[in-house]
Amino acid sequence: MVRVAHIHMSGCTGCLISLADTYEKLLDILGAVDLVYALTLADEKTEITETDDKILIERKIPEDIDIALVEGSVCLDDHHSVEDILTTRKNSKIVVALGACAASGGVTRFARGGQMSQPAHSAFVPIGDVIKVDLALPGCPPSTESIVNLIMAALNGDMDYLEPFAEIAKYGKDACGCDVIKNVIDQSLCMGCGTCAAACQVKAIDMIEGKPNIMTEFCIKCGICGAQCPRVRFPELVQKIE
Amino acid sequence: MDPFGKYIKAVSARAADKEILKKAQDGGIVSAAYIYGLESGLLDGVIIADKEDGFAAAPKVATTREEILNAAGTKYTVCSNLSVIKSAVREYGCEKVGFVGTPCQVQSIRKAIKYPVGYRHVPDKIALIMGIFCMENFPYNGMKAIVEEHCGIKMDDVVKTDIGKGKFWVYSKWGDVKTIPLKDTHPYEQISCHVCMDYTAELADISTGSVGSPDGWSTIFVRTAKGEEYLNKMVEAGAIETKDIDAVKPGLDLVQKLALSKKEKNAKEVEHRKEIGLPVPY
Ligand SMILES: Cc1cc2nc3c(=O)[nH]c(=O)nc-3n(C[C@H](O)[C@H](O)[C@H](O)COP(=O)(O)OP(=O)(O)OC[C@H]3O[C@@H](n4cnc5c(N)ncnc54)[C@H](O)[C@@H]3O)c2cc1C
Ligand code: SF4
Ligand code: SF4
Ligand code: SF4
Repeated sequence: MVRVAHIHMSGCTGCLISLADTYEKLLDILGAVDLVYALTLADEKTEITETDDKILIERKIPEDIDIALVEGSVCLDDHHSVEDILTTRKNSKIVVALGACAASGGVTRFARGGQMSQPAHSAFVPIGDVIKVDLALPGCPPSTESIVNLIMAALNGDMDYLEPFAEIAKYGKDACGCDVIKNVIDQSLCMGCGTCAAACQVKAIDMIEGKPNIMTEFCIKCGICGAQCPRVRFPELVQKIE
Repeated sequence: MDPFGKYIKAVSARAADKEILKKAQDGGIVSAAYIYGLESGLLDGVIIADKEDGFAAAPKVATTREEILNAAGTKYTVCSNLSVIKSAVREYGCEKVGFVGTPCQVQSIRKAIKYPVGYRHVPDKIALIMGIFCMENFPYNGMKAIVEEHCGIKMDDVVKTDIGKGKFWVYSKWGDVKTIPLKDTHPYEQISCHVCMDYTAELADISTGSVGSPDGWSTIFVRTAKGEEYLNKMVEAGAIETKDIDAVKPGLDLVQKLALSKKEKNAKEVEHRKEIGLPVPY
């Protein structure tokens, strides 16, 4: 069975809740995989090592993970966090940046430290800044259906379907509402469909006279608008209808 | 080059309801399908391009016959129909949404269904996708320049616009009918339309347009099993009357000619953009 892990970095668990929101499909998925690690859902694997001068308690990310679903960004000021993401990469065949924080930083892009009880924790980056990421799924959170589609495609080795997510893993770390300005409107490609506006989860996009207007102060840099726009990426398999 | 995309059958048709025919652009197929859908329970909400002041278009979720009739007719300006699709499902609580859009918007909704990254619980609520043929579109001020400056009719007075027989037609509420040659409208076109490779809404369940059928009638492509079932039910219920497309003039030959001319012209633009290193949808 395919060994799947959910790795929780600096995230809010909303991505995992979005996965759980599939109800009966979640059971299908759980039936098809071996969930080897998920602190929220499964007993953590705790290893206690006792040496002469100290007792070490570790929650170990298992080895031989096939698909690691990583939620949250990496706090560079927290060495546990950095170690966790490095271990995740080392132990996993496919690393998926699940959701905006992991894929593009999301709301954690705005973190700047100064808060108790760790005022020194100020630097947060998408996981792709620290490790190589295979697939990135934008969204805050990504929709339930998109998580299921992605996992099912990964289980079935459907690389055609996954290709856009592989590209976002490569190029999507700076996601922002500006993406539709820079990559669509400014390239004379925007035909005003309004997909980006409906997709934006914080309503940071208004359609004004048929073109998106980005209210940057609302944008949480989730990357959905750019990912959803058909004038950037229109995968061939979308053309197959029955 | 494939002019039409996949389809199961093509027919010429018009709405049976006289009130729909009076308000509709062509055969009233979109309005008839919507009204039939709401009345039969096949749909519980539909997306329309509503008419606003100054003949502007605004996307809206409609749940009544009146709203649908009020939005009938073509607005030759971009109307971001996708932008309200989530509010149909969330604020209106619709479970069976009917959608209409230009070919590009039909592509958009198909992508949103296949890759619903920001579309939680939306894909399974889309019950019918209707597409309207489209050669090109205009930004609002482009349409306004055509209507006010070239045709001398105030936007507030417009009751209908149409493109046909090589001309852009404007009808005012005072009974004036003005035209300008289509070639004079080209400067006002939305430039992003020039990379568009779809004339007949190839990804819709049912596509419809005026070209190919006589005045007051529409040409229809039925493309999916869902579309076929829906259209059959409409015919059985007497919501529309149909004719064999081969029995009407000018028929599919003209649709094919226009579809190919659009595709060939825009394929060149796509190539040109690639040559000078500009991105195109892929
Ligand atoms: C920009 C544009 C270009 C077109 N070009 C062609 C063409 O080259 N050849 C051709 O045969 N037909 C073309 N059409 C389609 C044609 O004008 C009619 O819309 C179509 O035949 C449907 O007519 P009907 O009587 O069945 O629909 P109706 O019952 O009149 O309903 C029309 C529906 O279309 C929707 N609508 C109107 N304007 C828009 C808009 N701008 N964007 C999205 N939805 C809208 C309305 O909500 C309404 O529900 C074009 C339409 C548009 C909007
Ligand atoms: S504009 Fe909206 S969809 Fe786009 S990145 Fe910002 S928050 Fe996300
Ligand atoms: S999704 Fe549609 S409206 Fe938004 S940028 Fe892309 S083409 Fe324009
Ligand atoms: S020509 Fe193409 S891009 Fe332009 S409005 Fe029509 S369908 Fe959309």
